[in-house]
Amino acid sequence: MVKKGEWVQISAVVLTAEQRAAQVPEDTKATPLIMWVKGYLLEEEAEVGQEVMIETVTKRRVGGTLVQVNPVYTHSFGRYIPEITQIHQLLADALEGGAENDG
Amino acid sequence: MTDKAYETVMARKNQIMSDSLQINYADFEGEGISFDYEHMMNSVAYSMDEMISIQRELGVGNTPIVELKNMTQLARKYDPAGKGARIFIKDEAANASGSFKDRRASISCYHAKKLGYKGVVTATSGNYGAAVAAHAAKLGLKCIVVQECFDSKEVGQPEIVEKARKCEALGAEVVQLTVGPELFYQFLKILEETGYFNASLYTPFGIAGVETLGYEIKQQFDRQVGQQPDVVVVTNAGGGNLTGTVRGLRKAGNTSSQIVAASVDLSGLHMASDEDFNRKSFTTGHTGFGIPFSTNPDRSDVPRSAARPLRYMDRYVLVKQGEVFFITETLAWIEGLEKGPAGNTSLAAAFALAQDMDEDQIILVQETEYTGAGKSVQPQLSFARDNGIDIYFGDPDEEVPGESIVLPKDPGLIKARDLDLNQPKRSRIRTALAQSPSSANFSPAEWQFLAEEINGSIEDVEAFVQELTGGA
Repeated sequence: MVKKGEWVQISAVVLTAEQRAAQVPEDTKATPLIMWVKGYLLEEEAEVGQEVMIETVTKRRVGGTLVQVNPVYTHSFGRYIPEITQIHQLLADALEGGAENDG
Repeated sequence: MTDKAYETVMARKNQIMSDSLQINYADFEGEGISFDYEHMMNSVAYSMDEMISIQRELGVGNTPIVELKNMTQLARKYDPAGKGARIFIKDEAANASGSFKDRRASISCYHAKKLGYKGVVTATSGNYGAAVAAHAAKLGLKCIVVQECFDSKEVGQPEIVEKARKCEALGAEVVQLTVGPELFYQFLKILEETGYFNASLYTPFGIAGVETLGYEIKQQFDRQVGQQPDVVVVTNAGGGNLTGTVRGLRKAGNTSSQIVAASVDLSGLHMASDEDFNRKSFTTGHTGFGIPFSTNPDRSDVPRSAARPLRYMDRYVLVKQGEVFFITETLAWIEGLEKGPAGNTSLAAAFALAQDMDEDQIILVQETEYTGAGKSVQPQLSFARDNGIDIYFGDPDEEVPGESIVLPKDPGLIKARDLDLNQPKRSRIRTALAQSPSSANFSPAEWQFLAEEINGSIEDVEAFVQELTGGA
């Protein structure tokens, strides 16, 4: 149960696949244009998946499907990429030779 | 109630633009396809002194220039004796929100405030959103950033996801969308609904704001180095960075530096394709923006773009994704500077170009940008690998955008690949021919305008026209 005033994220279809612009490539045209916005829940209470209204930080009222409560950032520095350590080793080797040339 | 259907909103485009910008673009229109670019820049934008003063108040500008001595030493290992120019950067990451985009956003937000708008809206997935958010916060304006962020599987490009976080951290409302050019439709609807200012990247204020960058370069090199850079490399996407920097350099009295545009080669990937969206590791500074915006600058979100890079570039070079990742790691490891991909695109080009220049010459990379989770090499390569991109050491010339990222197995393999400038120039004239009802029967004013557009002579334009119309 999500209560009024909680910080949430909603999503809404801006254009269905059929409504998409003529110049859009075929693969994109097969999908709807979807939007996500965050704000404070305006309904007294709601569940994820319901149609709700929110008020954004600029005080706009926007409607859509409730997708997340207390939305979090999930991007990270990613997994270990061995090639990066190899770049560092390659640079160390290259610069060692460079010092000799300078000497 | 106002009709919000796609076609009806798009049909109201001119009125929405006019209400949200208060620039009467008709004042600058000339005969046929021509318009008076300098008149627009001079009558709409602010003076250099005014811009410097506005930017100082907002924590923008006066960024340091730094000589990359270790990078220069590394480049000199791969060139003949006596070759290898000194490599410098201008550290634009030192601006308020971490990139040169602060120069554009500061002037736009100041102007919006002066005209009495309550807020600003901008359509951007890049640093410009963070910059607008930062200056809107400081000036007490509301801010909405509309960004293309996810593919249809709701997977976000890490760099753009990070940018959403940054914009929200700076108080903005972020409207995130799946892939597609109809972002502009959502942008227009929000402008109409809120009555906010259109902080477009391509207004005269937005572009003139970058002129202070070029102005500072001239003064800093006079004072601190005693000579002007022989070459200035500028990462090229929408063209505003290059246009503004060169205009500023020229206004400060530098007419000698050769101007080189650099973009990441993403040829073969479609910028509006849902499937290609997450197969690229660069969200800007690439050919997907650089080429179309050079050849048809008025494709932007304002009637006449103030960014017209083809007028100011002497050379255009391409680098590969793997080369930029390699040089980004190099900058961090041997210079102690961890920076983002935009400026490092130019740095990869500069590393190669320096090797053809004399030791007493100078090559300047005129920007850096902040980096972090989402933007740096590790998350990007991790994301690329998750998307099935083949990452390996080899010759970067083998790289196929969307399929592979080839890290140079030897720093000497990093190249700046020349794009024949006649190519974008010819495309510019082709666009003009398509727009002109009189076809090749241009008036003298139109011939002159096109010569300026391609930074050439009327004879050059005539040659392209003849070639394109089969001599008819």
